[in-house]
Amino acid sequence: MSEISTSDGGKGDKKVRAKKMSTKIDMTPMVDLGFLLITFFILTTTLSKPVVMELGMPDKDDIKPETQPIKESEAITVLLDKDNKIYWYQGADPKTAEVIRTDYSPKGIRRTLLQKKAEVGEKFVVLISATDESSYKNMVDILDEMAITDNRRYAIVDFAPAYKAAIKKGETAAK
Amino acid sequence: MAQVKAKRHGVSLDMTAMCDVAFLLLTFFILTAKLRPDEAVQVTPPTSIAQTPIKDSEIITVTVAADGRIFVGADAQPVRVGMLDRIGAKYNITFTAAEREQFKLMENFGTPIANVKQLLNLEPAERKAEGVQTGIPCDSVRNELGDWVLYARMLNPKQRIVIKADSEAEYKVVKNIIDALQTQNINNFNLITGQESRPVGSAKKK
Repeated sequence: MSEISTSDGGKGDKKVRAKKMSTKIDMTPMVDLGFLLITFFILTTTLSKPVVMELGMPDKDDIKPETQPIKESEAITVLLDKDNKIYWYQGADPKTAEVIRTDYSPKGIRRTLLQKKAEVGEKFVVLISATDESSYKNMVDILDEMAITDNRRYAIVDFAPAYKAAIKKGETAAK
Repeated sequence: MAQVKAKRHGVSLDMTAMCDVAFLLLTFFILTAKLRPDEAVQVTPPTSIAQTPIKDSEIITVTVAADGRIFVGADAQPVRVGMLDRIGAKYNITFTAAEREQFKLMENFGTPIANVKQLLNLEPAERKAEGVQTGIPCDSVRNELGDWVLYARMLNPKQRIVIKADSEAEYKVVKNIIDALQTQNINNFNLITGQESRPVGSAKKK
């Protein structure tokens, strides 16, 4: 701007030309800046939007009369341990069942869940239990796997002493 | 002849209109952008494929920091003041008008009830200092979190509980919170997570 005004006040014969120039400012950088900021605002406003995952816990006081026993072969138990370790076994008794260690990758627990679901069918049930050392991320991940594999029959259960033995068993089996 | 003229027009394009549009949009986005609320602790929630957007009214947010400290906050200011008054009545602490005003402006907080008064008398910038907010006790002996939530829900029973926990937080803490709130017959929780794209080939959304 200042440049224009200095040339403006210069020689008389150039005045007309200078005037013409001042009417047409090159807006390209301004538009560039404008769109850059717009892009920034669009990206920051939509990407940071948090989402919620619904978690319904069973009512502790109210034991529904229509609950039916689960067949052993239809249930698998998934145990979450510290350091992102995860174990699972089929059936009710970890003493007799084979406890297998896996991980949170698509080839780990997800494949297992899909396989077992295909084997068992509609009545497939997953019991989830976590040790006190497991992280919150582990729990969200496993709930997420339930959503990914479209498994609506699952329950989060308290950590029973039997699970401790199961984890130990899985650990020795993995070695 | 017409060709030459068209070429000239192309060189000096009038950008004014485009500039107008750009800045109009810019103004719009700046004005609609929501300011990040001033929260007592920064948490990074884990990601999930959930798609439900968060409701931003009538919620009680329970925040769990990576080190396990618990913070609580209601979104509505009248609820904040109401729960402070009731907590004060239960624990025999009287809050001055200035303290109540301060509490109204706090997005969330995390101190035992005994230290709330002290916290309110600090400068807002000092409240985030290390060791000031030690977390709300939530165990079977001192279930203060349960009290806060109970009084907040008394004021507006429609409020939903939203748990915003850091991905590094121990599951134990979240489990304690859920257990504490289940004693009040709260069985539905919303877990705040970041967005993650649905993996290819997974089951369709119901």
